[in-house]
Amino acid sequence: MAEEAAPEAPAEIPALPLRRELLFITVLVIATCGLVYELVVGTLASYLLGDSVTQFSTVIGVYLFAMGVGAWLSRFIERGVAQRFVEVELAVAFAGGVTAPLLFFTFSGGAGFRVVLYGSVLLVGTLVGLEIPLLLRILKDQVRFKDLVSHVLTFDYVGALAASLLFPLVLVPKLGLVRTSLLFGLVNAGVGLWSTWLLEPLLAAPGRLRLKAAFLMLLLFMGLVAGERLTVWAEEGLYADEVVRAYSTPYQRIVLTRGKRGFSLFLNGNLQFAAVDEYRYHEALVHPAMTRAVRHSSVLVLGGGDGLAVREILRWPGVERVTLVDLDPAMTKLGTEYEELAELNGHSLSDGRVRVVNDDALQFLAHDTGRYDVVVVDFPDPNNFSLGKLYTTRFYALLKARMAPEGVAVIQSTSPLMARASFWCVEKTVSAAGFWTAPYHALVPSFGEWGYVMASPSPRPRVHPLPQGLKFLDDATLDTLESFPADMARVPSEVNRLNNQVLVRTYEEEWRRWN
Amino acid sequence: MELNRRELITAFLGAAVAGACQRSAPRARIPGTLVDRAAEWGHALRGAAPLPRSAALQPVDVAVVGAGPAGLSAAWRLRGAGVSSLAVLEVDEAPGGTSRSGRNAVSAFPWGAHYLPAPNRDGGPVMRLLRGMGLVTGVDEKGRPHFAEQALVREPDERLFYRGHWYDGLYLRAGASPEDLDELRRFEAAMQSYAQAHDGRGRKAFDVPLERGSDDAEWTGLDRLSMAEWMEREGYRSPRLRWVVDYACRDDFGADASAISAYAATWYFAARHGDGVGSDGYLTWPEGNGRLVAELQRALAPGQLSTQRLVHTVEPVEGGVAVHGVEAGTQAPFGLLARRVVVAAPRFVAARLYAPWRSAPPPWLSAFQYTPWAVANLTVSEHPGGRGAPLAWDNVLYESQSLGYVVATHQRERVQDSGPTVLTWYYPLGGADVKAERGRLLSSTYEDWEALVLADLSVAHPEIARTAQRLEVMRWGHAMVRPRPGFLFGPERAAAVLPRDGVHFAHSDLGGLALFEEACHHGVRAAEEVLAGLGRPVDSWL
Repeated sequence: MAEEAAPEAPAEIPALPLRRELLFITVLVIATCGLVYELVVGTLASYLLGDSVTQFSTVIGVYLFAMGVGAWLSRFIERGVAQRFVEVELAVAFAGGVTAPLLFFTFSGGAGFRVVLYGSVLLVGTLVGLEIPLLLRILKDQVRFKDLVSHVLTFDYVGALAASLLFPLVLVPKLGLVRTSLLFGLVNAGVGLWSTWLLEPLLAAPGRLRLKAAFLMLLLFMGLVAGERLTVWAEEGLYADEVVRAYSTPYQRIVLTRGKRGFSLFLNGNLQFAAVDEYRYHEALVHPAMTRAVRHSSVLVLGGGDGLAVREILRWPGVERVTLVDLDPAMTKLGTEYEELAELNGHSLSDGRVRVVNDDALQFLAHDTGRYDVVVVDFPDPNNFSLGKLYTTRFYALLKARMAPEGVAVIQSTSPLMARASFWCVEKTVSAAGFWTAPYHALVPSFGEWGYVMASPSPRPRVHPLPQGLKFLDDATLDTLESFPADMARVPSEVNRLNNQVLVRTYEEEWRRWN
Repeated sequence: MELNRRELITAFLGAAVAGACQRSAPRARIPGTLVDRAAEWGHALRGAAPLPRSAALQPVDVAVVGAGPAGLSAAWRLRGAGVSSLAVLEVDEAPGGTSRSGRNAVSAFPWGAHYLPAPNRDGGPVMRLLRGMGLVTGVDEKGRPHFAEQALVREPDERLFYRGHWYDGLYLRAGASPEDLDELRRFEAAMQSYAQAHDGRGRKAFDVPLERGSDDAEWTGLDRLSMAEWMEREGYRSPRLRWVVDYACRDDFGADASAISAYAATWYFAARHGDGVGSDGYLTWPEGNGRLVAELQRALAPGQLSTQRLVHTVEPVEGGVAVHGVEAGTQAPFGLLARRVVVAAPRFVAARLYAPWRSAPPPWLSAFQYTPWAVANLTVSEHPGGRGAPLAWDNVLYESQSLGYVVATHQRERVQDSGPTVLTWYYPLGGADVKAERGRLLSSTYEDWEALVLADLSVAHPEIARTAQRLEVMRWGHAMVRPRPGFLFGPERAAAVLPRDGVHFAHSDLGGLALFEEACHHGVRAAEEVLAGLGRPVDSWL
C-alpha cells in the first residue's frame, strides 16, 4: 500500500478491482436496516413505556447522536478499513437484530429497563454511524469525490425512505417488532457476507469473516423461526390500539390504550373495560344489588381500582362510606390521578366518602372488623391459582362474616356464555358458602355476554327503584337480566374450594376454545 | 467427610443431580448453621461414667419423659382426666420432637413432620384433638368428617420436576407408555381393593392406627416380604410406578421399597382412604405438625413442662418410681419420685433409662431400627418458579435422592403467591445399614448440606443461589423407626409395649410407623394405663 500512496486525484480513475455499483446497493440496504432499528426501538419504547412523543424524540435524538459518535470514532480506524467495515456490519447485524427481543425480555424483568433501552440505542447508533464513513474511505480511491458523495448519500436517503414506508405498512402489521428486528439483523448480516466477496481484494482473511457471518446468520435465522414463540411470550401485538400508559407493578402489568372507540384498560393483557361500553358493565354490576339492599350506608368494593364501580355507587343518595380495596397502589393512583380515567369515573376516588385501601383482599377480609350493607366483588377472572383463591368457599365465608344481615354482595363471575360451567361453578360455590343467590347477566359488547352473582345471607326482594340518569338499565330491563336462555342455562358443577381449585381448571378449558 | 464436592453430591443425591448441576455449579455461601443440639446432649447417656443424681426427690403423681407427640399426647390425656401433679421433661430446647417447628421473619416452618392426612372417620384421639382446634366442620351421612377448608392443603398440592419441566402430580405421566399406564391402573385397583377390604370381624384390613386394622394373616402376611419383592411378585415392572412406590416409602418410612415391609407400603396407600374413593386431603399449617403439638401443649398448666432436662435413670423404688436427670448444659442434677412414669421416648433411649435394662438389655431392642434424616430450611427472597406446573405445596425432583421441598407459605391467607418464603427440604438416609448412615449424617458439616441443598435445588431453580438468604439444617440421628420386613407383626413390638413396675411406654415406634397418629395413640394408651393404675375412672379416648 505504501508504494501506491502516490498522487491524489488522478486524472484517470484506474481500472476498478471493486464492483462499485453493487457497493452502492449495500449502502441502500444498510441505510434501510439502520433506520429500521431506530424505528423498532422508538416504537417499542412508546409501546412499553407509553407517551410516544417523548419516547420517539429521545430515541431518535440519542440514535442520531450515537451515529455522530460512530462517525467520529471512524477516524481512529487506520488499517484494514475493509476488514473493519465487514466486522462493523456483522456487529450491527447482531446488535440491531437482537434489540427488540432483548428489550421485551428485560422489560418483563423490570429493573433498569431504560438503561438497557438507551444502551442499545447508543450501541446500534454508534455502529451504524461507523458504516458510511468507512465505506466512503473504501470507495474514495475508486470514485470521484463529487460522484462518491452524491451516490452514497442518495442511496442512504432512498434506503431511509424505504424503511420508513415498509415499517408501518408491512413490517409491523405482518411481522411484529420482534421478528422485524431479527429479520433486518439477518439482512444486515447477509450484506456483511456479501461484502466479503465485493471487497475480497481488500480483505486479509475473507474466509474467517464468512464463517462468522454464516454463524451469525444461522443464529438470527433460528431466532426468527422461534420468533413466533418469542412474540407470544413478549405479549407483543396484544393491543390493537396505541398504548398511552403502561406500568409494570409488582402485581401486574397495567396498560391503557387509546383508539377510535376511546380508551381501554388491560391488566396482564386482559381487557378490564373499554370506555365505549363500560357503563353497561358497571351499571349491571352495581345497581341490581343496590335495589335489593335495604341500606346503603356502608359499601365495600373489592378490586375495581379504576373507580368506575364507585362512580355508580355514588349515584345512590344513602351512601355514606365506600371502602375500596385494591391490591395495587399503581392502579388506584391511575384511577385517581390519570385525568382521562378520573374524568370517566367522575373523580369518584377523590370523593370524601371514599376510602382507598391498598391491601390483599383475603388479608383485608380476615382482619377487617367493618359490616357492609353492599359489597361489590370485581376481581379479574380466575385464570390462575392465585386469583382462584378469590372464588372459593373460604373467600365467601370470610366475605359473609363482614356483611350486614340484610346486606347484598355482587360478584363478577365471567361469561355464562363463553365459560358457562365456570359461571355456574361460581354460583354453586357462593350457594355452598351459605348464601341466597340471584345469578344474572348483561350484554357488554367489548366482553360479550357477561355474568354476575348476587348474594345475601337471606332472600332479598327488590326494595328500591333504580336511580335517575342511567344509560343502560331501567326497571323493565332489570327483570330480563335474571332469565337465562338455553345456551347459558345452569349446568351441574362442583364447589370451588381452596383444596380443589376446580374453577381454575374449568375456566382454562372453557376459554381455551375461544382464544 | 473426605469427599470433594462432586463426590459428595453423587453420594447423597445421585449421579443425575451431580451431572445436571455440573453445568450451573452454584457455589454461593449462604449464611446459616446446623441447629441440632439434642444429639450431643443425648449422647451423654452413652458415657461410661454414671451421671450425677440428686439426693432429694420431689414427689409428683406422674412424670412423662419426653415431650414429642407421644409424650405430649400422654400429658394431654392425663390433663383431660384432671391429673394436676404432673411433670413433663424434655431434653431438647423446645418440645415437639420430630414435629418441632421454627419461625423467622418470613414464616413459621416445620423441622420434621409437616402434615396429617385428614382422618376418614370420626372417633379416636386425633379426631378429638382436631375438634378441639375447631377444624371439624361436620360429619356426613357416611360418617366421614369434614374439615375447615383453610387447614386442608390447597391446590396446587404436588408437582414433579423432570428434565427441565415441572409436571402436575407425583406420577410422571409425561412420556408414560400404555403399559406404564396399565400398570398404574392395575396398582391403583389393587390398593383400592385393600382399602375396601374388611375381615370377618368387621375390621378394616388396613387402618389408622395400625393396631385397629385386621390381624388376619391374609394381610399381615404381607409383612414377611419387602415392597420391592411384592412388586416383583405381582409383576409390576414399570419404572414410573416403581418410582412412585419408592418415593412413598422414602417419604413416609425413610427408605426405599427394598427395605420396607410390603404391609407398611400397602398401609400407606390403603389405610388412610375412607372407602378407597381417593385421598381425603391433608391437614397442614406453615409450621407443619408444630401446630398439633402446640395444641397438645395447651393442655398443660404453667410449670408442668421443663425443657433441656436430660433424664438418665428411671428406676422402680420403694414407694414409686425414681426419675433422675441433669439439666442439659449445667449438668445440675434433679430428681423426682413419681407414682407412675410414662417413658415417651424411642426404644434405644428407653433401654438406657430404665435401670433394670441396663444390666440385662431387653431381647427386642435390636429389632427397632431408626432411619436418620436431614431437614433443611432455606429462606429465599422470592418464590421459586420453573417451567410447567406452577409452584405447589410439595415439590419433588424425579431424578434426585432428596424428597424435594415443601413451601411454608403455601397455606397463607393471601392472594399473591410471591415474595420471600421458606422451603423445607427433606433428605432421608435410607441405606440398609442404619448405623453407617447415622455415622455419615453425624460427620456431615454445614458446608456439606449447603452444597447439597444448593446443588439439588439449582437443577430445577438455577436462581436459587441468588435468592437464598439463610439456611438452617437439622440432623435427626433417629428420625423414624423403620418398618423392615417382619418387624410390624414380629413378637418384639408386642413385648416392648408392656408396662413394668409403674413404668409405661409410649412412642410412635411402638406402633411401628413414625406417624403422628401412632404417637398420639400410644401416648393416650400409656396415659390411660397410668390412670387405671392410679385408680382413676377411665372413659377411653382411643
